[in-house]
Amino acid sequence: MVVIQRVVKATTRKGKKVLIKKEPQVNEGPKRALFLQGRRSSDKLRRLTKDLFDIKKPDAQLLNKKNDITVFEDATPVERFCRKFETPLFVMSSHSKKRPDNLVIGRMYNYSLLDMIELHVENIECMREFACQKIVLGTKPSLVFNGPTWEETEELKHLKSLFIDIFHREEVESVRLQGLEHTISFTATPEGKILIRSFNVLMKKSGTRVPRLELEEMGPRIDLTLRRSKLPSEDLMKEALRKPKELKVTKKKNISVDGLGTTHGRIHVGKQEIQKIQTRKMKGLKKTPEEIKMKRAAKRSADNNNVNKIKKQKLG
Amino acid sequence: MDVVKDVLEKSAKEADKYKSVEVNKLIDIDVGALLAIDSNPLDSKALRSSPNDYLLKLTRDNVQLMYNQIWELPTERIEEAIVVKLPKPKYSLPRAKPVPKPRSLTKWEQFAKAKGIVKKKRTKLTWDDQLKKWIPLYGFKRAAAQKEKDWVLEVPQNANPMEDQFAKKVEAKSERVAKNELQRLHNIAKAKHVKIPRFGLTNPDVSSAKELQAAVTVAKSSTASLGKFQEKLPKEKEARGVGAITPGATRKRKLPPVSGSDEKTQNLNIVETVLNKRPKIDMEKAVARHMNDEQLQRSEEKKGERPKRLRKSHGSSTGGGGRKKPKNSNRPRKGKMAGGRKRR
Repeated sequence: MVVIQRVVKATTRKGKKVLIKKEPQVNEGPKRALFLQGRRSSDKLRRLTKDLFDIKKPDAQLLNKKNDITVFEDATPVERFCRKFETPLFVMSSHSKKRPDNLVIGRMYNYSLLDMIELHVENIECMREFACQKIVLGTKPSLVFNGPTWEETEELKHLKSLFIDIFHREEVESVRLQGLEHTISFTATPEGKILIRSFNVLMKKSGTRVPRLELEEMGPRIDLTLRRSKLPSEDLMKEALRKPKELKVTKKKNISVDGLGTTHGRIHVGKQEIQKIQTRKMKGLKKTPEEIKMKRAAKRSADNNNVNKIKKQKLG
Repeated sequence: MDVVKDVLEKSAKEADKYKSVEVNKLIDIDVGALLAIDSNPLDSKALRSSPNDYLLKLTRDNVQLMYNQIWELPTERIEEAIVVKLPKPKYSLPRAKPVPKPRSLTKWEQFAKAKGIVKKKRTKLTWDDQLKKWIPLYGFKRAAAQKEKDWVLEVPQNANPMEDQFAKKVEAKSERVAKNELQRLHNIAKAKHVKIPRFGLTNPDVSSAKELQAAVTVAKSSTASLGKFQEKLPKEKEARGVGAITPGATRKRKLPPVSGSDEKTQNLNIVETVLNKRPKIDMEKAVARHMNDEQLQRSEEKKGERPKRLRKSHGSSTGGGGRKKPKNSNRPRKGKMAGGRKRR
């Protein structure tokens, strides 16, 4: 027998809204990040996770329990978590003798793993240790990548993309000039270390319209080294980078301005299905049955005349 | 002149007091994403000796460059805040979910698009002369208003006086609702590309016993004799409520007439149907016969005209054997055949 898949329809309005929210949208909002633990965690990692969670709030979810997950062997548990909490990004911290102070950053595409990179946390200084005023929650930071090596290796290119994805919050159209308070800098040293510094931006008066900037270090100071990585396949990445057609800027065609300044436009009228056009029917102009009969009789006689003419021509 | 010179000197001094915002560097800035990528080589000596100070200085320069560019963008003022309009970011990030496919149009929407029908919003309140007040045409309190109007229903001329008009109205409404619901489900199935058979069960695996019974009853009645000769399993029950969709398949015996007059009318009806039977006219057969007759007539006329020497011995073959029973060709014709002219 034919098996027909069931269509899941929500019964309540609230349920319907939840389902609509989960569907893919043209403009996606900020990506949420999931912070979770592996088999064991260390003090360093705990402090780092707390700080990153504080920076990423409110688009973040923190899971406190330990999970028996090894991401590089089997990523399905992480995929399940990300589907449950609707978080395309994840940051997993684990500590073992073989891989101490391990941090795995990754992202999902359509609920399946896109790419992930494993990092070793060498040194961390928490936000608490910096005695200065912190920023308001939820500001969009400006990101700075220092060092020529960011463009050189594939791994660092993907790591750069991951960092931007995690920290940039969301795409905005306009920004309040007073609100540009936060800056994060990522430096890739020639030795292979990655240094992350987070600053508070203070705008001082300058002689010109643009203010003079002074930076004050406020956030966590993180030193990382690269470990393993799982990079995405070319076509999957290409599909993930595809932009919807609605966001493409279309040029206005068929409009031209002549020398005198008048705008000319061209209209192309497509094929018209005359039989299907709905026209206005004027009841007063409708033919009565007698008129239709007369018309038909006249046509018949005209036809007969034509036939006779043709006959005469043929015979004569 | 002196005043001008003084003012200029003063402004120059003031400008010297402030630190400059100029940075001499070339870096890649994506203003739309607030992103700066500095590909210049790093000072490894400074990195080794005092990394944090070096990084602070480096970052400050890069951010200053970026902010210089941001301040050049067009600004607008929204409620005491100066807001700058950012361009589209150049750095592309992967999406979290695939690009959504546009919703396909329903059957009605396609038709409306082809015909050019535009959706017009109806006004909710209309004046009702009967009730002498404004009643809503749809939504809240419409049903109550209709109920007020329906305190009495006229029995139309050609309807049975014993029929319950109120029940009829309710039934008609439920039928319309069911039809609409069916069409809505068809639209959903079409949108989700789920194939559904036009009639019959959609999924026998999850149908209830009652639904299966109804399906079996309907299937049985779909024979030429309306299921009269279909066998039944020993304990099989027939479904109830399918009488509307299986016309003529009633197995129940008709109850005997209640009164003497009822019995009389029933018997008279039977006698009338038996005695006053009119012959049924099979149109296609009649037309074919008529045409055949005409052809025979014409051929006989032609034969009569032709000289006698051409008449052969086997001339009677077409005449005797193939001749069919002559029918009344001036028979009064009704309906389609009455006009005699081919209708287009």
